[in-house]
Amino acid sequence: MDALFANLAHGFSVAVSLQNLGLCLVGVLIGTLVGILPGVGPIATIAMLLPLTFKVDPTGALIMLAGIYYGAQYGGSTTAILINIPGEATSVVTTLDGHQMAKQGRAGVALGTAALVSFFAGTVSTLLIAALGTPMSKLALLFGPAEYFALMVLGLAFAMVLAQASVLKAAATILIGVLLATIGTDLETGEERLTFGFAELANGIDFAVLAMGVFGFAEVLRNLEAPESRDVVKSRIGSLWPTRKDMRGSLLPMLRGTTVGAILGILPGNGAVLGPFASYTMEKKLSRTPERFGQGAIEGVAGPEAANNAGAQTAFIPLLTLGIPPNAVMALMVGAMTIHGIIPGPQVITKSPDLFWGMIASMWIGNAMLLVINLPLIGIWVKMLNVPYRLMYPAIMVFCCIGIYSINNDPMDVALTAFFGLLGYLLIKLGFEPAPLLLGFVLGKLLEEKLRQALILSRGSFMTFVENPVAGVLLLISLAIVVLAVLPSIGKSRNAALQG
Amino acid sequence: MTRKRIFFALATAFALVAGGAGAQNYPTHPITVIVPFAAGGPTDVVARIVGESMSRTLGQQVIVENVAGAGGTTGITKGAQSKPDGYTIMMGHMGTHGAAPALYPKLRYDPVKDFEPIGLAAGTPIVVVARKNFPAANLKEFIAYLKANQDKVNEAHAGVGSVSYTTCTMFNVMIGVKPTRVPYTGTGPVINDMLAGKVDYACDQIVNLVTQIQGGSIKAYAIATQKRSPSLPDVPTTIEAGLPDFQVSAWNALFAPKGTPKAIVMKLNDALSKALDTEATRKRLLDLGAVLPEGAERTPAYLHDFVAKEVARWSSVLKAAGAAK
Repeated sequence: MDALFANLAHGFSVAVSLQNLGLCLVGVLIGTLVGILPGVGPIATIAMLLPLTFKVDPTGALIMLAGIYYGAQYGGSTTAILINIPGEATSVVTTLDGHQMAKQGRAGVALGTAALVSFFAGTVSTLLIAALGTPMSKLALLFGPAEYFALMVLGLAFAMVLAQASVLKAAATILIGVLLATIGTDLETGEERLTFGFAELANGIDFAVLAMGVFGFAEVLRNLEAPESRDVVKSRIGSLWPTRKDMRGSLLPMLRGTTVGAILGILPGNGAVLGPFASYTMEKKLSRTPERFGQGAIEGVAGPEAANNAGAQTAFIPLLTLGIPPNAVMALMVGAMTIHGIIPGPQVITKSPDLFWGMIASMWIGNAMLLVINLPLIGIWVKMLNVPYRLMYPAIMVFCCIGIYSINNDPMDVALTAFFGLLGYLLIKLGFEPAPLLLGFVLGKLLEEKLRQALILSRGSFMTFVENPVAGVLLLISLAIVVLAVLPSIGKSRNAALQG
Repeated sequence: MTRKRIFFALATAFALVAGGAGAQNYPTHPITVIVPFAAGGPTDVVARIVGESMSRTLGQQVIVENVAGAGGTTGITKGAQSKPDGYTIMMGHMGTHGAAPALYPKLRYDPVKDFEPIGLAAGTPIVVVARKNFPAANLKEFIAYLKANQDKVNEAHAGVGSVSYTTCTMFNVMIGVKPTRVPYTGTGPVINDMLAGKVDYACDQIVNLVTQIQGGSIKAYAIATQKRSPSLPDVPTTIEAGLPDFQVSAWNALFAPKGTPKAIVMKLNDALSKALDTEATRKRLLDLGAVLPEGAERTPAYLHDFVAKEVARWSSVLKAAGAAK
């Protein structure tokens, strides 16, 4: 314990230097902006700003770049709540209830809750990294391909629970998402699949393209079609601060969300994206009034927001303790560290304690800064909802297009987004929901990859999923969730038949 | 003179100045280096370190643009098709300008004919590594074990077309084994599963592996270079360990599209050479375990012949392994 305090104290002394504080501030400000702008993501931004960090020492450089990453999580929630467009992959779930709350005049409450729970989650995660960083990274090593596959199946089961309406429709949408994830290059042979000859698709569809299309453009189309419903938002601007009841309702979801997000964030691949989905499902299942979800339940914002911020922080653990980047942003950080002469690995803790503890302390400072920055801005954001839609939607579309283009400098991406916008609009008109599509897409890639790796390792034996205990358990839970989700509808139709 | 005439005179003068500027004033605005891989990886790191140094010599920013995909061929294709005015160049490597023709039959460029070679930048030697508890104490025992247990061992690689894929193909062919190859999407997941003991061995660039080897979480059997690496003094070379023919380095080099004026190519080559001589840049690259080209190895002519040799080498290796398409 003493060692921990001593190390943290050392870290804070590094982090509160004028230069590092300044870099932290710059990082989180840019991050928030990046998170708010739909399409533009932390990867493109960090890559662009890497050269600027050449002049600075490694600790300072990483503090700023890290700030951009977790700052983007705060910003992404803002657009999700206000205009139903997730700024980041992890904010998709926030749109479900967050935007509904905005429509009910509770945008301020949603934004405030999001900021507060994110800060709590950030604090807890920072402590986790400091105290349990190395043991937690060992946890990540437990997940081989078979376990990972089982986790992805569990994720798909979650996705079915996510659905408001028909479970069958949700299952269909999820599977379409999984199918979309197969577009690209085959893992084992390197052959192109479903790319129809377009070289740009050889790498698969970018998540941002799908999300901006199905959420962003489709949403704009839908609003243009029904202008009356937009006025509802304008007329009701309620209190800007969460009430006592709201705070009480958010407490447990926040705690649960933080736990789930923190654990899933360590997992390589896209663990951090799973966190909010898992938290939402958990809250819906544990709630005594699940019908409120999707209509503006505060638990649907508190849990996922805590999860996504916790995951963003713990994603640094494999990077800082093992030197293995769990996602593309961390891979970029590896590059940043390498350029500055620090090769990431298990010895970073001992060989560069300034860097390790300084970064951890700075993450907490960054979270505090974000809270202080975001809370007063809530009033301004809420006023923005008053902007007439005919001025807002062109701005939204332009920003989306710029953001999408900035990912790969490829006009094909923008065209694809437009295509998905039409697809998303069609889905909504037919009564399907876009969120399961995105979840299916995210899970689909990893699902296939891990399944095939597991089968290669087991020489084709499916028994591997049973022989590996963690995998077996996760698969059983998935089965249970699916059965429980489907059971009520069977019961209902049986009752209807009996009565009819 | 009428206003129209003045305008046209000025326009012509301007055009002459701008067009004729060419090599004399090159560069007049920032230069883009296309790195055909995701940001943060070894080629990207080398490009950024070298590019930053070149910026100072050339007096203009050298900006890295990442265009990832298809083992690097997407980015190189884009670079090959860009304007040959010296403002778009690319960082190719052993995969994109060596193994690609054998791996991608529909490849849209010819590594030898479609580029003006600028110069070699840095090479990262390949290390043969295995999981910590692998039952072999040195390379000879390792090879013997592999031969005896071909159907039980698992070799991990970062995806078809990656450096770990092509170099291990060569390794397997050389020692005569056909292990089960497990594909991953990137080096991170490979290391992850190797640390967990789920896969047995891999061949990858030193920069990806050095801290893990130094920390003892994975074992290194040999490094495929002439001399031991200063960052891994205890790892024998393949020559010392008994497999002298396995000499592979994941080399990285700068290329310009075909048709780029010779004068501009020479300016870039000169800036690259100066970067490789700058103390700070050298240190950053050498700390990664990179091997730097010296003397005659730095010329565009050397690179041109080198690429031709590499294409031939990888073509025969991959055909022998049945991995060519």
